[in-house]
Amino acid sequence: MKVTLEVNGAPRTVECSPWKRLLDVLREDLRLTGTKEGCGEGECGACTVVLDGEAVNSCLVAIGQCDTRRVTTVEGLARGEALHAVQRALVACGGAQCGICTPGIAVCAANVVERGLIGDTDDATARARVRELLAGNICRCTGYQLIVDAVIAAAREIEGGAARQAEQRIDPV
Amino acid sequence: MTGYVRPRDLDEALATRAAHPDWMMLAGGTDLMVNAPHREAPAGILDLWRLPAIDFVRVSDEVIAIGAGTTWHDVERHPVIRARMRPLAAAAREIGALQIQARATLGGNVGTSSPVGDSLPVLLALDAELEVASVRGRRRVPYRQWCTGYRTTQLLPDELILCAHLPVPGPATRTTWRKIGTRRAQSISKVMGAAAITLDGDLVTCARVALGAVAERPIRVTAVEDAVRGQRLGQAAEAARAAVRAAIRPIDDVRSTAAYRREVAENLVARFFSMA
Repeated sequence: MKVTLEVNGAPRTVECSPWKRLLDVLREDLRLTGTKEGCGEGECGACTVVLDGEAVNSCLVAIGQCDTRRVTTVEGLARGEALHAVQRALVACGGAQCGICTPGIAVCAANVVERGLIGDTDDATARARVRELLAGNICRCTGYQLIVDAVIAAAREIEGGAARQAEQRIDPV
Repeated sequence: MTGYVRPRDLDEALATRAAHPDWMMLAGGTDLMVNAPHREAPAGILDLWRLPAIDFVRVSDEVIAIGAGTTWHDVERHPVIRARMRPLAAAAREIGALQIQARATLGGNVGTSSPVGDSLPVLLALDAELEVASVRGRRRVPYRQWCTGYRTTQLLPDELILCAHLPVPGPATRTTWRKIGTRRAQSISKVMGAAAITLDGDLVTCARVALGAVAERPIRVTAVEDAVRGQRLGQAAEAARAAVRAAIRPIDDVRSTAAYRREVAENLVARFFSMA
C-alpha cells in the first residue's frame, strides 16, 4: 500500500506492505539510520521515535498505521547545526558510551522534556521521575547516572516556559 | 498481499471484521508486532488505533466505562480513574514503560488475554464487565467468564471488544494491586495480584481476590474470598495465606519457579488482608 507520512517536518511517501515496521521504513526506505534496532520486541527503546507527539518503539508500529501521521527521529532533533538541548546535555554530561542506545534515549528524553513530564520538582523527585520515564530505554554499557544528569539539565533548561506550550501542541489524531 | 482497512467508524469496523474474520485486529501493536519480521504477515490488518468509538473514558456515579482502544497512558492520566480506581491507574503506570503505555490499550490486554497481562487481575478484582459488538448486535460478558484458557477468550470471530464497564468501588471497599517482577518497568511479572475488600470496621464482609501469572489465565481465587468472609483483618491474612496455598498450582518457567511464585502469591494475598 502507499503510505504518506510526515518525517522530521517533510512529507514522505513509501510503497510497501502495511505489515512492514516503521523502524524498517525509516532505516531502509528513507535511509534514516540514526534510529537503531536493539531487541525488536519493544523492550530496549533503541528504536524510539516520536509519533504524533508521543515517544513510541518504532519496531512495534506497522507502517500501515502511519499514513497521515507525524514522525520525529533522532535526525529531526537538531535545528541545522544547533543541537537539541537534550543532545547538548548528553554531550556535556558524558551521558553516552558505545552509542547504540543513545538515539533512542535522546529522542525519548527530548519528548519527555518538551511535554513537561518531569515537572518543576526538587532534584530527588526529578531524578526518580526521569528514571521512571526513561525506564523503557536500556543501556548495557554504562550506568544511568550521567544520562539522568543530562536529562535533568535539559529539563531545567527547557521546562517552565516552552514545555507547557509543547504539551498543548500535541493534538489527538 | 496483506490487506489493510482503517475504518472511519464502528459500523465500518464491524463490517470489516465480519467480512474478514481472519484479519488481525491491530491497535497499538505492542504485543502483535513483537518480532514482526520473523513472523508470517497476517492476511490483513483491521486498524483500530484511535478509532473514536472505542477510544473514550465515560464516567458516571456508579460505573466508569473505558473504551477498548484507550491507551494505558490515557488510563493512568485520567483524573477520575486515578481518584476512584487507583489500582487500575497504578497497573497502567507499570505496564511496560512510557513508549509501551503510549500505544498499548485496554482492549489489547483483554483480547490477547495473556496469563501475565498486567491489568487483568485488576479487572477481575473490580468485577469488570466487557461489552463486545458485531454486525449482529451487542452483548455483555462478565470479565470473570471471559478467559476460557491459555490466551483464549469468549470473543467470537466476527466480534470486536468495545469497552469495559467498571463498577466504582464504594467508600467501604478498599482496592489494591501489586506486581512482582525483576524490575518494575518492562519485565514480565512473576506474580501479580489485585483485591477489592469491603470492610465493616475491620471486619471483612466481602472480598474479590485475583492473581496473575500463577495459572494458564488470570484467576479469581474464590477459596480466599470464602475463607476471609466474616473475619477480622489480620486473622483474615492467615486464612487467606492458607487458602492461596491450597488453591493455586503455579509452574516453573524461564521467569520464575513454581515454589517462588507460590510463596510470593501467599505473601501478596496475606498482605492485602493485613492490618495496615
